[in-house]
Amino acid sequence: MNLSISLTVNGERRDVELSDPRVTLLDLLREGLHLTGTKKGCDRGQCGACTVLVDGRRINSCLALAISLDGADILTIEGVARGDRLHPVQAAFIAHDGMQCGFCTPGQIMSAIGLIGEGQAGDDPERVREAMSGNLCRCAAYAGITEAVLDAQKALTAADLRKSA
Amino acid sequence: MNDFDYVRPASISDAIAAATEPGAAYLAAGTNLLDLMKGGVTRPRRLVDVTRLPGLDRIERLPDGALRIGALVRNADLAHDAEFARAYPAVAEALLSGASAQLRNAATAAGNLLQRTRCSYFYDAASACNKRQPGSGCDAREGENRLHAILGWSESCIATHPSDFCVPLLALDAVVEIEGRGGRREIALENLHRLPGDAPDRETDLAPGDLIVALRLPADARNFSAHARYLKLRERTSYAFAVVSAAAALRIEGGVIRDARLALGGVAAKPWRARASEQILAGGKPDAGLFRRAAEAAVTDAKPSGDNAFKIELARRILVRALTLAAAGTPARMPALPASPFSSVSGALHVA
Repeated sequence: MNLSISLTVNGERRDVELSDPRVTLLDLLREGLHLTGTKKGCDRGQCGACTVLVDGRRINSCLALAISLDGADILTIEGVARGDRLHPVQAAFIAHDGMQCGFCTPGQIMSAIGLIGEGQAGDDPERVREAMSGNLCRCAAYAGITEAVLDAQKALTAADLRKSA
Repeated sequence: MNDFDYVRPASISDAIAAATEPGAAYLAAGTNLLDLMKGGVTRPRRLVDVTRLPGLDRIERLPDGALRIGALVRNADLAHDAEFARAYPAVAEALLSGASAQLRNAATAAGNLLQRTRCSYFYDAASACNKRQPGSGCDAREGENRLHAILGWSESCIATHPSDFCVPLLALDAVVEIEGRGGRREIALENLHRLPGDAPDRETDLAPGDLIVALRLPADARNFSAHARYLKLRERTSYAFAVVSAAAALRIEGGVIRDARLALGGVAAKPWRARASEQILAGGKPDAGLFRRAAEAAVTDAKPSGDNAFKIELARRILVRALTLAAAGTPARMPALPASPFSSVSGALHVA
């Protein structure tokens, strides 16, 4: 069985030889590519800690077989900052205390980036909470998370407006 | 997870040939299948990856006014397709009330139909389950069964079908297009899922190798767009399966219901059409008394399968509420909390 795939991970092309067809995208990122920012919480699609973007869409990487994603473009938490400059969503999570222990934070941030890209929530906190319900936070930093998402979205929209002006 | 062969066929006919082998299973997004495999609930020897099959990811309006949804259209893409959501608002609302944004971005239309029950005894490989292991018994019968079936169940199995999407699809007479060894055929969604009887392991009418390639909504399904809702009671506001849900779709002209569609979710091993209720509603004036009579007719045959007698009364109330909301009119914008009975006005908090 041919188990070699190629992925673009955080902008860089990676040719990968999978040891086994059972490898999930999450395990490939963590064990194969040593990108341990993406967290394994439940490993069953219930907690959202493993959220990454695949071809621009947020998904649970624990429920995706790596081999099925041959050719995909993957963005993980390691790929969102520009050098020392944090992504606006990262900066907003810090500004609003959108975390306590931090374990769910990479998944929260990737989910928030996906949510803002989807453009469905607008500035309605109820819609933001609903759209973030796939990311659990055992420390219950939800109030800060919601504020961070709303604030980051505002910042990103303002940046877009400046760019297009 | 057991080891398996992985194949990625390039054509539908190659996929059918590969999946006809005993022990083979189709893989699309895998959001349910991988979870089941991780728990050792299902152990396919071969996965046939259908995600690259051509032509299955489109939403098409057909010349006769019907809508064809390709098997691989992602739940989120379908729900957020503006024309789809306008024409079939209850279907869009049901989709957005299910799972999480991440899962909806991955999960496919056909995969949603074929998701397995969430009965915890089915999921627990150490429990007796006639669905997972025919003849082993049913630990749910004497177990934690407050969320189990109230309609169509048998002594062999009291599990429910967890799909939200299927409920309004069923109400709107959706048709399933299937490719198999004998060529193409189609069946009503109503006939896709089976009731458990004494063979709860036979969940659908699909034969080995059969591949769902599309779903179709007939032309008249869009006649209900002005008065269509999906309502779903959950044990938490979001990201939970239905305790009981209902899809209600009405065609109202001159203050009279000309045509009514009604279906329940979370009550049986298949989505449940309430045809007797539809007949009561047709020709009537949309008011509380009529809605209560219709709701009563839907649960005439219901009986508890365990500690779940409350679900019968809950089904009545959900039906009345869904009909009341549908009669009031489809909201101009998707509610902030889709299908939630706790849905608030936009911007307000549902928790203080």
